[in-house]
Amino acid sequence: MTGPVATTITTTINGAEHRIDRADGRMLLDVLRDDLGLTGAKYGCGMAQCGACTVLVDGRPARACVLRTGRVAGRNITTLEGLAEPDGRLHPVQQAFLECEGAQCGYCLNGMVMTTLALLADTPAPTEAEIRDALRHNLCRCGTHTEIIASARRAAELMGDRNA
Amino acid sequence: MTEQFKMDAPATDRRLDGMAQGLVGAPLDRPEGPLKVSGTATYADEYRLENLAHGMLVRAPGNSGRVRLANRDAVAAMPGVLAVIHDPRLLRNPAQGTANKAPVQDANEAHYLGQPVALVVAESFEHARHAAHALKIELEGGTPRPVDPETAAIEPQSSKGLDQGDLDRAMTEAVHAVDVTYRTPSHSSAPMEPHASIAQWDGENLTLRGSYQMLKYNRNELADALGIHPDRVRILAPYVGGGFGSKLGLAPEAVAAAIAAKETGRPVSVALTRPQVFETTMRRSETRQRIRLAADAEGRLAGIGQAALVSNLPGEVFAEPVLQATHFLYAGENRRLSLDLARVHRLCAGSVRAPGEAVGITVLECAMDELAEAAGIDPVELRRRNIPEKDPESGKEFSSRRFREALDSGAEAFGWSDRPATRSRREGEWWIGYGMASAARVNVLMESRARVTLAPDGSAKVETDMTDIGTGTYAILGQIAGEMLGLPRDRVEVVLGDTDLPPASGSGGSWGAASSGTSVYVACQAIRAQLAERLGVAETELTLKDGQAVFDNRTETLAEILKGDEIAKEGHVLPGDTSKAVRQATFGAYFVEVAVNGVTGETRVRRMHGSFAAGRILNAKTARSQCLGGMIFGIGMALTEELAFDDRDGHVANHNLAEYHIPVNADVPQITVELLEERDDWASPLQAKGIGELGICGAAGAIVNAIHNATGVRVRDFPATLDKVIAGL
Repeated sequence: MTGPVATTITTTINGAEHRIDRADGRMLLDVLRDDLGLTGAKYGCGMAQCGACTVLVDGRPARACVLRTGRVAGRNITTLEGLAEPDGRLHPVQQAFLECEGAQCGYCLNGMVMTTLALLADTPAPTEAEIRDALRHNLCRCGTHTEIIASARRAAELMGDRNA
Repeated sequence: MTEQFKMDAPATDRRLDGMAQGLVGAPLDRPEGPLKVSGTATYADEYRLENLAHGMLVRAPGNSGRVRLANRDAVAAMPGVLAVIHDPRLLRNPAQGTANKAPVQDANEAHYLGQPVALVVAESFEHARHAAHALKIELEGGTPRPVDPETAAIEPQSSKGLDQGDLDRAMTEAVHAVDVTYRTPSHSSAPMEPHASIAQWDGENLTLRGSYQMLKYNRNELADALGIHPDRVRILAPYVGGGFGSKLGLAPEAVAAAIAAKETGRPVSVALTRPQVFETTMRRSETRQRIRLAADAEGRLAGIGQAALVSNLPGEVFAEPVLQATHFLYAGENRRLSLDLARVHRLCAGSVRAPGEAVGITVLECAMDELAEAAGIDPVELRRRNIPEKDPESGKEFSSRRFREALDSGAEAFGWSDRPATRSRREGEWWIGYGMASAARVNVLMESRARVTLAPDGSAKVETDMTDIGTGTYAILGQIAGEMLGLPRDRVEVVLGDTDLPPASGSGGSWGAASSGTSVYVACQAIRAQLAERLGVAETELTLKDGQAVFDNRTETLAEILKGDEIAKEGHVLPGDTSKAVRQATFGAYFVEVAVNGVTGETRVRRMHGSFAAGRILNAKTARSQCLGGMIFGIGMALTEELAFDDRDGHVANHNLAEYHIPVNADVPQITVELLEERDDWASPLQAKGIGELGICGAAGAIVNAIHNATGVRVRDFPATLDKVIAGL
């Protein structure tokens, strides 16, 4: 690493356009958390191993802890903060994780929610095997796996209701 | 006004059973859930204070020698760097749980590879990281130091051991004898949230936003480390991203942040990287355990032996308490239990979820499986035959113990009667087997305080420095207060994680719920008494429900009774005679089905069931989650988790989550949990015992026993990775 480089980009985050200075040598996760105060995405490992930092880039899940900010110029980024309605009503995926006790300590939850959201966009009615496959690289240490799988199934139901 | 309660006699009144609100025990959602799913619960490193600077710890590159910062001036001159801190107050390693004072402080000598010896502080995280990488640490005059427990100097822990009767003779005379040695490796708590602290000084007063489990102790530890009065320290930890023991004691990043913030005059954040979490927090000690079991023809134990070797850094008193539940789980008059501590220069050993039983009962339960096989007795029946009437060492009664029921009910729920004979059931490439193990964990009540305020409008607030590390504290304290004061759950606010509030037991040792819950209960009792006094009735005649008081066939709202006043009471619970008068523990049983690939040796856990008895369950949903979490920890322990140490310098070779394998969604099967109805009058006035760790106290044994049932292969060296299984296939 050669230290921060004074590169400026623009990108869309949760529907609003942002100009980010000092973009190039920095990871998107640090820009989100340190510059923009968007702390929904978490630092868990810094090596794309745990998924706690997951954000959506053009709808696809991405590990913000290893994603150089310079590479998201002109992209559309969604973070956990961008899911709820403006009036605070939770997104169905968030609602599902709430109902099914998907959170214990809550630290891995961002990654679970964002990855589930991406899964359901592609596969609205996933099998349990598909859910496990989608979430297999998202780590949880509280041992909330059973509730997380249940939350993802419930999320599919709630999304189905909303789209029906 | 403080109401004090000492647990000197069994609480046979069982007041919670007579309350009307119906909250305690109910499977209620955690109230902080909406914050967690929306990313608005604030963890330690999420306060972006004005003028915040960032610090990065720098480690010792070896385990011996005097520390020299070879290019300190050059690093201090790098862009953005504010300070290079090399201070004698830096912690060598974290404090042990409940230490209440600073651990060893030494930045001048290396003791283990990974020890934090300096902190680089800079304008941004990126600047700090860059400069920290550039800082060159040299170690001068080092000598080779022991890193292998098998060859290091040993300190016997005689106060933990026992020699009762004549085990050697019992072994000679036994019809069925087992004498086996097992090994378990070191484990890392590996909470998803790495340790992080933000320190901020206001004159001589320090505020630390940290990720900690036991704030009352952490405050004293931090003050001691800095050489200041605890009154000058405030710690905030409203949300903690998991702990599992690693955040019990104050850790190096907190002291480093405090020193840096003082030196730079700015708030400073120090967050550990994931490799630093593995290298500088706490490990569970590896163990070598020799188990001896002497039984008669019917499998009744005449003797039990457990000789364990564990390790820690020089200067640390903690020795993994392997023997803790072996003292009382099974009968057998001839008993020899011993614990040896080897001094090694690996990172510090301390508490990881269920210190002691997690490894001690797991290995005992594997040996019991070997005895069942040798004696030709069903493993469940073997346990049933060896349940002691009283504590087999002290002769004390058990406070409550639904162990036999857990074995029977669990076996029934799982379908244990369908267990195949060893190496007899095959589905394609896969060998199928069942295994089981008992669960046991000591139960402790700790001193704890909480303030409950009933406001004039009839709403209540609970305040304490207790933490919620994912365990459900926010939920259960609100439920207890709501139950006692007759308020719907949403009329009770719970404020936690601030040392300005009454000091609690902290989260650890499975004691948090019962201890802090009792302090809330005691405060609410005092409020009830005052309400009754206002109404001129006996407190026991008062029924509180939905914000109303019912008495003498009359009904009044709380607001009417309070007449604009508020009632604030502090509850203060102290452990008392009941902790000595009886043996207090929680019990359970695990049942597991595995499939072992006959070609590769890979083990898949297919399903798992646990039946547990832990006194009154305060919230069926969060309690179940705790049990599931423990059992899933057990899957990791059985199959994948192992800290690997370099033979030469003792450093952690697999210090990341791609090489230290915790269970993932693809590893975790269908798991069911049964919580048996129980009331323990001796444990607490809530009749509740601890449940946060019971789920791991033997779980891995059930899995390894299932591997044997499936394949006939006995793995005595955890984890049971495929190479060890395939060697026997």
